[in-house]
Amino acid sequence: MAAITFDHVSKTYGDGFRAVADLDLEVHDGEFVVFVGPSGCGKTTALRMIAGLEEISEGEIRIGERVVNNLPPRDRDVAMVFQNYALYPHMTVAENIGFALRMRKVPKAEARKRIEDTARIIGLADHLDRKPRQLSGGQRQRVAMGRAIVREPRVFLMDEPLSNLDAKLRVQMRAEISRIQRRLRVTTVYVTHDQVEAMTMGDRVAVLRRGVLQQFDAPQRLYERPANLFVASFIGSPAMNVLEATIERNGDGLVGRIGADTLRLPDARPALAGYAGRKIALGIRPEGLDEAAAGSGGRLRGVVRAVEALGPEQLAHVELEAAPVLAEDVLEGLVDLEEARDLAELRTERDGSPRALVVARLDASSAVRPEQTVELSVDLGRLHFFDLETGASIGE
Amino acid sequence: MSSATAAGRPSTALRSEASAARRRRVGKLVSYGVLAAIAIIYVFPFVIAVVTSFKTDPDATQNPLSLAPSPATTGAFRQLYQDQDFLLWLKNSAIVTLSVTFLRVFLDSLAGYALARLRFRGRGAAFATIVAVMAVPGVVLLIPKFLMIRQLGMYDTYYGMIIPLLVDAAGVFIMKNFFESIPISVEESARIDGASIFRIYWSIVLPMARPALVTIFILSFQGSWNELAHFIISAQSSGLNTLTKGVAQLASGQLGVGNRYPLKLAASVLMTIPVAVLFFVFQRRIMNVSSGAVKE
Repeated sequence: MAAITFDHVSKTYGDGFRAVADLDLEVHDGEFVVFVGPSGCGKTTALRMIAGLEEISEGEIRIGERVVNNLPPRDRDVAMVFQNYALYPHMTVAENIGFALRMRKVPKAEARKRIEDTARIIGLADHLDRKPRQLSGGQRQRVAMGRAIVREPRVFLMDEPLSNLDAKLRVQMRAEISRIQRRLRVTTVYVTHDQVEAMTMGDRVAVLRRGVLQQFDAPQRLYERPANLFVASFIGSPAMNVLEATIERNGDGLVGRIGADTLRLPDARPALAGYAGRKIALGIRPEGLDEAAAGSGGRLRGVVRAVEALGPEQLAHVELEAAPVLAEDVLEGLVDLEEARDLAELRTERDGSPRALVVARLDASSAVRPEQTVELSVDLGRLHFFDLETGASIGE
Repeated sequence: MSSATAAGRPSTALRSEASAARRRRVGKLVSYGVLAAIAIIYVFPFVIAVVTSFKTDPDATQNPLSLAPSPATTGAFRQLYQDQDFLLWLKNSAIVTLSVTFLRVFLDSLAGYALARLRFRGRGAAFATIVAVMAVPGVVLLIPKFLMIRQLGMYDTYYGMIIPLLVDAAGVFIMKNFFESIPISVEESARIDGASIFRIYWSIVLPMARPALVTIFILSFQGSWNELAHFIISAQSSGLNTLTKGVAQLASGQLGVGNRYPLKLAASVLMTIPVAVLFFVFQRRIMNVSSGAVKE
């Protein structure tokens, strides 16, 4: 096992396109790190640079203590699982798994034992003589995993390995990969565009956008303390609600005016004082909104436009008399195109005042109905504040 | 009135449906008839060749298009074996054809792989030249080829008959295009597994390219087995005669005794058999072997 270090690594293609810009991070020995971001964010390029499948334009990549910039893939002691399996179709499962051992001239008896051990780990011990075309999608993906495992490499690299599987199998394989990684403790870099995969699998998650690292943190911290508007919008499903708010002084404290409503802001945010009289982006997670009970603190009034019953909870889409933040950071961070479209549609003002659509995560027993006017209570302790110009989180 | 109209409508619909079905049937019959006629036009000369090879010389001269030999005899085949160097021609054709076919499949695929996957200076120019060569009629190159073969001291040898046929532009073109259709991730995976470029070509890519290889194999076998012009300019001694040259000499009437159609056509029929067998055997082998490699 080994740590992986990106030391100010950049990748610029011949046409001048900069796929990765000044990436600087360290994956610890035995850690499971996920690179996540929308299409074209540079996550796969970064992974391929570790594998040696892409040349590095600037900076240095180290695996353990060794600089690998100029090492061919076979000398890096890494194993990679590809998005489309990349199995050898004319070879059996056993031959596929054992190909790397054959290349390394591992004695036949030992290779056979390692292939059988690996097949047991991936649950394909009875399928060793089958060809890839005789296997299901999930089984093929497991063969691809087996090919990586059998090598006992210092690093596992996985490039969206579950994206071709159906939803149910994906959940199953997610758990399987996590289990195998925990068992083997091999340093793993996993690339995905699926933030649920990133949050559930990674010890730490690196969020990338346009080749630039936005935040590298534990999943829970990404969720609770996003570094900027992009991360705030990208992480979490449904996405964070982001509204324009004007900060004003009110006696000793600060309030945020959101359309016609006013929220008293927590005292624990002294940095907000510097924004008095200015507009900021205010973020509220769907679970930070609830049906207002009598006497509860901050409230937002709006009209329910749709209710989605999910079983244990309901998602209420509520239209507020407030301005949504439609910065590029927010729209690009939205994984759900529907969400982005909804937000954009609301840019049109009604009756001369802007409208924003927010999502509230309500209890299954809630009786809210479409077209009903509701008051939503806001959990003031879970508000997020961002600078409207830079998109950066306003610190505590 | 209304009930009569209601009853009339279905019967009109049924009638028009029946006439449409009849039209479809007639259309089908006409197209099958045309297809059968075309098939007969193509197959008939070959049938005549087979039948005539079992005729006697007088029968073949008097009834050239008859489909029933009278009497039926294998005399022409016996003559071919006893009076001509048929076995020598067969041996020469086999040596040249098998050498050319196997080496051409190997070299075409090697060149195709290099052009498809390796990045090297002049790659584009090399490929453009190969494509340009495809546009030049073979007959234009006969004299330059003859001069080169003479100059290199290969005239009247197997080398001169084989080496100039070893690589063909069309084969390289087909292989390059096929290799480009193989998902690059399969090769990248092999690179990470520790395989060298040649190992990837030999153990991973070549087995996946079986449909293209079979195509090149059939085309090369057929092409070199039926080749005549090149053998005329590359060798002159009768000991290096191939089947095509031998049969051409029979057909051009050097034997000087009558037409001897049965003898000539017996040689032609025997010559056709290997190519036909090869085609039928390998036709079944053309299949998609990359199925299962990647998620499509």
